[in-house]
Amino acid sequence: MAIEILMPALSPTMEEGTLAKWLVKEGDSVSSGDIIAEIETDKATMEFEAVDEGVIGSILIAEGSEGVKVNTAIATLLEDGEEAGAAVASSPAAAAPAPVAASAPVAATPTTTPAPVANVEPDWPEGTEVKQQTVREAIRDAMAEEMRGSDDVFLMGEEVAEYQGAYKISQGLLDEFGAKRVIDTPITEHGFAGIAVGASFGGLRPIVEFMTFNFAMQAIDHIINSAAKTLYMSGGQMGAPMVFRGPNGAAARVGAQHSHDYAAWYAQIPGLKVVMPYSASDAKGLLKTAIRDPNPVIFLENEILYGRSFEVPVMDDFTVPFGKARIWREGSDVTIVSFGIGMTYALEAADRLAEEGISAEVIDLRTLRPIDYDTVLASVMKTNRCVTVEEGFPVGSIGNHLSATIMERAFDYLDAPVINCAGKDVPMPYAANLEKLALITTDEVVTAVKQVTYR
Amino acid sequence: MAAKKAAKKPNVSGETLTKYYREMLLIRRFEEKAGQLYGMGLIGGFCHLYIGQEAVVVGLEAAAEEGDKRITSYRDHGHMLACGMEANGVMAELTGREGGYSKGKGGSMHMFSKEKHFYGGHGIVGAQVPLGAGLAFADKYKGNGRVTFTYFGDGAANQGQVYETFNMAALWDLPVIFVIENNQYAMGTSQKRSTSSPDIYTRGAAFGIPGETVDGMDVLAVKEAGDKAVMHCRSGKGPYILEVKTYRYRGHSMSDPAKYRTREEVQRVREERDPIERVREMLLTGKHASEDDLKAIDKEIKAIVNESAEFAKTSPEPALEELWTDIYADAHPAAEV
Repeated sequence: MAIEILMPALSPTMEEGTLAKWLVKEGDSVSSGDIIAEIETDKATMEFEAVDEGVIGSILIAEGSEGVKVNTAIATLLEDGEEAGAAVASSPAAAAPAPVAASAPVAATPTTTPAPVANVEPDWPEGTEVKQQTVREAIRDAMAEEMRGSDDVFLMGEEVAEYQGAYKISQGLLDEFGAKRVIDTPITEHGFAGIAVGASFGGLRPIVEFMTFNFAMQAIDHIINSAAKTLYMSGGQMGAPMVFRGPNGAAARVGAQHSHDYAAWYAQIPGLKVVMPYSASDAKGLLKTAIRDPNPVIFLENEILYGRSFEVPVMDDFTVPFGKARIWREGSDVTIVSFGIGMTYALEAADRLAEEGISAEVIDLRTLRPIDYDTVLASVMKTNRCVTVEEGFPVGSIGNHLSATIMERAFDYLDAPVINCAGKDVPMPYAANLEKLALITTDEVVTAVKQVTYR
Repeated sequence: MAAKKAAKKPNVSGETLTKYYREMLLIRRFEEKAGQLYGMGLIGGFCHLYIGQEAVVVGLEAAAEEGDKRITSYRDHGHMLACGMEANGVMAELTGREGGYSKGKGGSMHMFSKEKHFYGGHGIVGAQVPLGAGLAFADKYKGNGRVTFTYFGDGAANQGQVYETFNMAALWDLPVIFVIENNQYAMGTSQKRSTSSPDIYTRGAAFGIPGETVDGMDVLAVKEAGDKAVMHCRSGKGPYILEVKTYRYRGHSMSDPAKYRTREEVQRVREERDPIERVREMLLTGKHASEDDLKAIDKEIKAIVNESAEFAKTSPEPALEELWTDIYADAHPAAEV
């Protein structure tokens, strides 16, 4: 039976085209790969090859014809020994089920939203012994404990081994675990991030330390395109269980290329989990959870917080779950939501506001993906006012996203617009006075709270 | 090292030659069918065909052992078929159907198989190079004696991350074979116009990585070079570079009019260097197979390919709920993030 040669789709967007020229005539023999026609698409003029061998039976569409729809029969191809008038085999395209062009929309959010309930379970049982520990020590202990727990966990990064960490986070780890598991890399973020993602595909649990997340921009392709998307692209067959960690945001006077807070960037990416702890106990408990998590986790630390001390419970295996905010201070007049170093300003502001008779509830999000919306919403429904605090840039910030969520889910509870306190919309300046202006301050948080409480 | 002369008398059994013939033919017929389905609108987006390069993956897969890994770019259909992945699953992924290797969620450029140790299917040019070295890193860490074949093109060879990877692979003696499939065009830019030195395999010298070039249109030469590279890596001597000179007959993708080269150039390679014709002639002149034997193989391959096309057309589109699955490996509700 003769085979129909169909008008091909020659680009992702082509629906019709011009049959510019026939390079064969009826009765010509063709074999697979021969150019039989030239077709103009919406992008270019393309050569159209025969995919089977045979003899051109009849040409159905004359050259020069415009607007020929994709899948229109343009000629027939005869197989060995067939005559030109042979019956035409039913077109394979016609027999195939047409791909569904537009699928029915899937509900993006559940249709019934239960009332938000704040998650107020304490992180450790009452009466547990606590000790004072710096964030730096807490991060090191978390890594050491998890490395003791599994041989598949290893640490790689610049200066993590012999130098003991650019910020002394990995102090002592080389001695305990050896050079096989605590690995100094060359200064080559793109390359070693890629190698670590590959190692996670291969069954290991890498912890990648970036000297700062500003340098991770060199590696962001592997973090997002290779680590975050592979589970989805592989239909669930393989993913990247690993942690990318390091200091993020401004230190002090290190200028525009070393001071950027990336929290909002990473929080946008499905497939990543994003953690940004403030206290030492959270740094420890969340990092242990991150190392065990079967997904790629972005763990954003802060250089200024490294040296701060907090209470950390003395427990064999202390972990903090993702997606659970912490209420640092209960209050009734306003909700202040923050995370990471922003908590410093939020808590200071709450102290000062208390002196003026304003009772602020202070929530530390702790993880930005997933976000504990319920704790935030329950609080806003109680206080009817909200101020968000973060160090990152103001456009497309975490505060912007929370404001939108509060508007969608608690609009009727609001007595004032939500105010977002963020870093200024400028590259970080070096001059001491300008840097101070660019960063978020406690004064700004206090002012914002007074604005939403009409004081 | 200069390109190997193919004049050497092949010391290969008819059975082995027939196997290579069958595997290369499967890739070619599969790709021709994919091109056809693209033309019918059943395959969407980008579709990069491997026609002309078949000897590269068939030769190197012949040098691999069970458990060895492979990773490549978006021109990946040939690699998948060569490592034993099912034509049905590959074709159904091309049509975006439930029966595809990634349940229709990956597409032509993104397929994986844990079972066959195929790690994708990567769409960012050069990204698979450190990923492949990372797979080798994991194998060395576990001490399991495996090697990883990391394929990339002459275009990707100009990405910076390739050299970051060469450095670390050599520094850490990773068991990785860097296979540069030099098909002479980075999309539409010829090697002459994009690459300062024509011998890409020599670029490992700066890192102490041995390299050689091999005729990628000669499956036996590729297999021989592959054996050598595998032996080097498996014995713990670190990475190895193979620059395989090959040629793609089709455009970069389906929407490439290929105006950057002449039709005569393509035709000349097809007539004089075609990897499948070469083995076909060996089979016939060596009296390993008759015309009828080869016709029977052709028929058998055609049946496999037609069945895969039928499967790819009839497998249903993924369920709408699949939009929300496989985002996180745990039960994390993605929509609630």
